[in-house]
Amino acid sequence: MQTPTQSVSATSAVAPAAPVIEARNLCSFYGTRQVLFDINLAVQPGEIMVIMGHSGCGKTTLFRHLLALKKQTSGDVRVLGQDLVSLDRNSLYKLRKRLGVAFQNGALFSSLSVRENVELPLREHTKLDLNTIRIMSRMKLNFMRLAEHEDLMPAQLSGGMLKRAGLARAVVMDPQLLFFDEPSAGLDPVSAAELDRLILDLRSAMGMTIVIITHELQSVFNIADRIMVMHGGRNLLTGTPDEIRASTDRRIVHMLSRSPHQEEFDADSYLRTLTGDTQ
Amino acid sequence: MIRPTQIIDRCADRIARLGRAGIFLATALYRGLTPPYRIYLLARQIHFIGARSLVVILVAGTFVGMVVALQFHDTLVRFGAVGLLGAAVGLSLVRELGPVITALVIIGRAGSAICAEISIMRSEYQIDALDCMAVDPYRYLIAPRLLAALISVPLLTAIFIAVGIGGGYFVGVVLFGGSSGAYLGSMFDSVNVDDLLMGGVKGIAFGLLMAWICLSKGFFLHLNPSVGHGSEGVSRVTTDAVVLSSISVLFSDYLISALLH
Repeated sequence: MQTPTQSVSATSAVAPAAPVIEARNLCSFYGTRQVLFDINLAVQPGEIMVIMGHSGCGKTTLFRHLLALKKQTSGDVRVLGQDLVSLDRNSLYKLRKRLGVAFQNGALFSSLSVRENVELPLREHTKLDLNTIRIMSRMKLNFMRLAEHEDLMPAQLSGGMLKRAGLARAVVMDPQLLFFDEPSAGLDPVSAAELDRLILDLRSAMGMTIVIITHELQSVFNIADRIMVMHGGRNLLTGTPDEIRASTDRRIVHMLSRSPHQEEFDADSYLRTLTGDTQ
Repeated sequence: MIRPTQIIDRCADRIARLGRAGIFLATALYRGLTPPYRIYLLARQIHFIGARSLVVILVAGTFVGMVVALQFHDTLVRFGAVGLLGAAVGLSLVRELGPVITALVIIGRAGSAICAEISIMRSEYQIDALDCMAVDPYRYLIAPRLLAALISVPLLTAIFIAVGIGGGYFVGVVLFGGSSGAYLGSMFDSVNVDDLLMGGVKGIAFGLLMAWICLSKGFFLHLNPSVGHGSEGVSRVTTDAVVLSSISVLFSDYLISALLH
């Protein structure tokens, strides 16, 4: 079992500030099947933490726990200093106003235009007049290079544009903490690199803490300050990109040296399976 | 062979689903009836469920009224009571056919669309996104649709009954040459406040049932282990919602009729 203090931590000359996110001994089940085993995680203010691992390793379940979309079976999760389990609905919503969440496919509302989607949190949570809301949403759309597409409907956008529009909506309230699920998934390398650059720009422009869930290795090493590697619902290692690269754990070495979907292929064994030859 | 523990599990699952749906309804009604009110969203849903169903209700009401008048005319002629045609058409439409057929038409047109929309929003994480933006999905998505159905279905029922009576008038008076005074007079004499009350109660109850079932089926798509999250899951819950809503309407029609008899 690995605790945040035991993990290979980023070296820092100054004492670390209180973590923005802290998970301790987090366990989670789907029915009787355990999917997370004693996860420990600490995300420091202003850092980009990437949670990586193969499909099905528990990244998305952990993501849902950090957003209080799923309640843990045991363990604690604290976000911005608040224990998610003890929060009532109003306190949880108050906390969520300080968070931004960008989902994998954007999760834009199909009945609203891109601009209306981005304006939605401002309309719901502020008493700003319509012009101010429009200016604020346009600033974020400009930042995401989507200003000229603001009147399009989500169905008219490409995959990369959907993600950028989802990101614009997630940051329109200037959150302290941004969660981003699979930013590069399904994108061509150019769009993925553009999105990575946007994430880095966002951090330098707004100083927010960013947590990213991904299995795209290229993206991970482009943007991460620290990386948490998950495997089979467990936290294998947490460390800086260099520390992860230097790891000798064979599962991490295997993960870094191969595409997630690429399995060992033994042509002879496959042929024997097909012909029924067990010799 | 099914083991007793499996039967108990299934029963427990059904009870849990029923409880979840009950809490869902109570929450949606509470959030919809307490401020802040979402008048714009409510108006949009009334437009979708009500105004955009108007043509199909007008057409269905007219033809149902004509068919009822045609059938009753033949029967009443045999007994020499053709003067009661207006009463027969009016009572049938106000007490039974108006609320039931309106509800079935609205389930097919709007209920299925509501269920499909909400379940797609669930499967594409749009509902989670709302939750993460601290926008209450009950207030933003569910309550406006539920209240819109509660407002629209009784109104559409009234329109259906009115045009149905007009269709009956066309067949009984214009086509068969019956007396206009007898048609309208017998209807006004027979249809009393209790009949109108029954029609109104049924309209409200059927609107509530339709919206409740269609919305909760879509909203809890992710908790239904027997269906997937993708397009197949959406199509299956939509079919389930339409079938269950239709059966519930027919069943509750009998219950309300029996209670208010």
